Amino acid sequence: MVSQNIEPEQYPKLYLYRRIVQAKLFIDRRYAEQIDLAQIADEACFSRFHFTRLFKSSYGKTPHNYLTEVRMDNAQQLLAQGEPVSGVCFSVGFDSSTSFAALFKKHFGVSPSVYQARQLKKQTSFAENPLRAVPNCFAETHGWKKSNIQ
Amino acid sequence: MITKVTHMCVYVLDQDSAYDFYINKLGFKVHTDVPMGPDARWLTVTPPGQSELELTLFPVKEGSTFNAETARTMTDLVKKGTFGAAVFTCQDLMATYEELKGKGVEFKKAPTKEFYGYEALFKDDSGNWFSLSQLNPEK
Repeated sequence: MVSQNIEPEQYPKLYLYRRIVQAKLFIDRRYAEQIDLAQIADEACFSRFHFTRLFKSSYGKTPHNYLTEVRMDNAQQLLAQGEPVSGVCFSVGFDSSTSFAALFKKHFGVSPSVYQARQLKKQTSFAENPLRAVPNCFAETHGWKKSNIQ
Repeated sequence: MITKVTHMCVYVLDQDSAYDFYINKLGFKVHTDVPMGPDARWLTVTPPGQSELELTLFPVKEGSTFNAETARTMTDLVKKGTFGAAVFTCQDLMATYEELKGKGVEFKKAPTKEFYGYEALFKDDSGNWFSLSQLNPEK
């Protein structure tokens, strides 16, 4: 079978794709706010049931699970930057530190504070010796030695 | 027995610009970003669902790796789109295509139907091209 061009207008239900993408981008932009499924579905002009089904078909997860994942990813970043655990919870859209900590542990297998401690320790280690971050083959190729990178 | 790939090297023309492209447009995550002295930086990113595969965004510039002539040649080749760096997959190519296009990603080939699914080709900000595929079109 040879390649067969598909013009955008010929996609099956292009308008649906565009609305689903719009909803995904809404989550990407507004994850830190108290948004819920109803708001996200409204953004895409779908009923909740129809929206959840289409979103899962396109992204392999429900809108709720995707929102949680975006919040968790951003929580990881803030923790790695040294933000206090208590503040990170609210910065990524949770209103309960208990549920945040439980979800974080469920996602990553460690508590937010343990994750943060490990990240900060790793950063300190890299700051002391940046070569620890690089496979030796690359360091040698680039001529990076402890004596010329610190 | 080789078990897996952990690092791939993508030659980029500007690391700051590449950072913006891979993180803010493609949605990749920073894995490691460490300065290696005053003029170098070790920057690796990972696809959102594959944290164990690091794409090393390595700048093409004169230095230990490239002499001046090689750096010029490499810069020309990367700009021309000579190098196809990888094949990415996604759950739904049409949705991903619409999203990336909306973020300004340049596609050198719009989605086509292939015997294994759908495929599109996009370029990064340097000129490297990537295949973006969906392997399960019959949903």
